[in-house]
Amino acid sequence: MEFFEQLIIPKFNYWIYVILMMIGMRAMIAKNNLVKKLIGMAIFQTAIILFYVSIGVKEGANIPILDHHMMPGEIHGGDPVVVAEFANPLPHVLMLTAIVVGVATLGLALAMSQKIYRAYGTLEEDDILSQIKLEPND
Amino acid sequence: MIPAFDIILLVFLVVTSVIALRVRDLLAASMVFGIYSFLICLLWAEMTAVDVAFTEAAVGAGVSTVIMVATVYQTARRSKD
Repeated sequence: MEFFEQLIIPKFNYWIYVILMMIGMRAMIAKNNLVKKLIGMAIFQTAIILFYVSIGVKEGANIPILDHHMMPGEIHGGDPVVVAEFANPLPHVLMLTAIVVGVATLGLALAMSQKIYRAYGTLEEDDILSQIKLEPND
Repeated sequence: MIPAFDIILLVFLVVTSVIALRVRDLLAASMVFGIYSFLICLLWAEMTAVDVAFTEAAVGAGVSTVIMVATVYQTARRSKD
């Protein structure tokens, strides 16, 4: 019970990210179809991105955009910035890059699976492997 | 950050990821994967990461679903597992 109160309930979002990560990893390892493997890869990647973005969340904080109330002749806005009012934007910026790279990876992998389908006539891994074994030494 | 909304979205995320990996029709799998991406987009808007949310809505739920559907139409639609 103490385990639940101290480790599971306060950090439930981390546990769900780990579950999602394991679902994606199992799909990458155990699924037979190549498109299913790629869906698993995308789920794995989004679980990691979710973990990083959730680090920057603060209780009661707003979106990290400054209000500009620039007076003429003033260099900065009126009120000083209170850091606790804004979520940490650094993980957002880092993970923005990761999303774009992930889509590029997914597009390249899907293009490669189309080439594989044209060469072997199937997307199932075991059929492709048996066809590779049937071909003479190469 | 609203805890009840957070829990609902995370439970739906796990459910849609399992469905996307279990259906045998690959077109249905890619559409459910689009739903998964859109739920992640909602989760990020809820986590006060709006810039990541609209990138995910454009790139994750839009482009990756489209290229996945295009691949399914170029190749086989049925999957063995």
